Amino acid sequence: MIKVKFFAALRERLDCNETGVENFQGTAHELLDILKSRSTQWRATLEAQQVLCAVNQQLVPLSAEVNEGDEVALFPPVTGG
Amino acid sequence: MTIRIRVQNDDFDMAAEYERLRRNDSYGAVVTFTGLVREVQGDHLQAMHLEHYPGMTENVLMTIVKQADARWNLGDVTVIHRVGSLTLNEQIVLVAVSSAHRVDAFEAAQFIMDFLKTKAPFWKKEATTRGEHWVEAKDSDDKAGQRWSVNK
Repeated sequence: MIKVKFFAALRERLDCNETGVENFQGTAHELLDILKSRSTQWRATLEAQQVLCAVNQQLVPLSAEVNEGDEVALFPPVTGG
Repeated sequence: MTIRIRVQNDDFDMAAEYERLRRNDSYGAVVTFTGLVREVQGDHLQAMHLEHYPGMTENVLMTIVKQADARWNLGDVTVIHRVGSLTLNEQIVLVAVSSAHRVDAFEAAQFIMDFLKTKAPFWKKEATTRGEHWVEAKDSDDKAGQRWSVNK
């Protein structure tokens, strides 16, 4: 299973801290497509703004491979400091 | 070299952090930067909430400090970033860098802040008299990060 965490505006708009995706093999972009297909609301939210992706706590491009057991996080551009 | 990275709810004591860095006889310069919660233009800020990605945040900050250390001749580095609920004028972030000479300390402190703002997974949400909203990332912050990609 792939564990997917959401942060900040994405977490709030999806009303979801964390979800799981079973039997997945592919890129972060393909994982994002699966999540978008969950509902019209998820699609709208995930397409409405720029989404950054981390795999195992490393920022990666959406073309990065995601493997079984990985921790994926999706979030908006960061605004700390 | 001592690197201290802290992500915490509690406030920090600037003077104590500075003292910690100035104790070492080998370093002639300490540069500190403190970021504060400020008023939002045209709105009245009632509170700011800072969210982060525990674990990744600390790793990213450590990576940024190590990149600075590879580029400049540094002494000790402290980075403290607060999370949770803050109000106007409270301290958000501290970057403190010691070095033998000032230029390394000045440049490294700025480099660390520029990358903290564009790479470290923190998000600000502002509550004003007109409601709550997530702060948008700024292009100017991206540009500040990009200037360091030109080799010295």
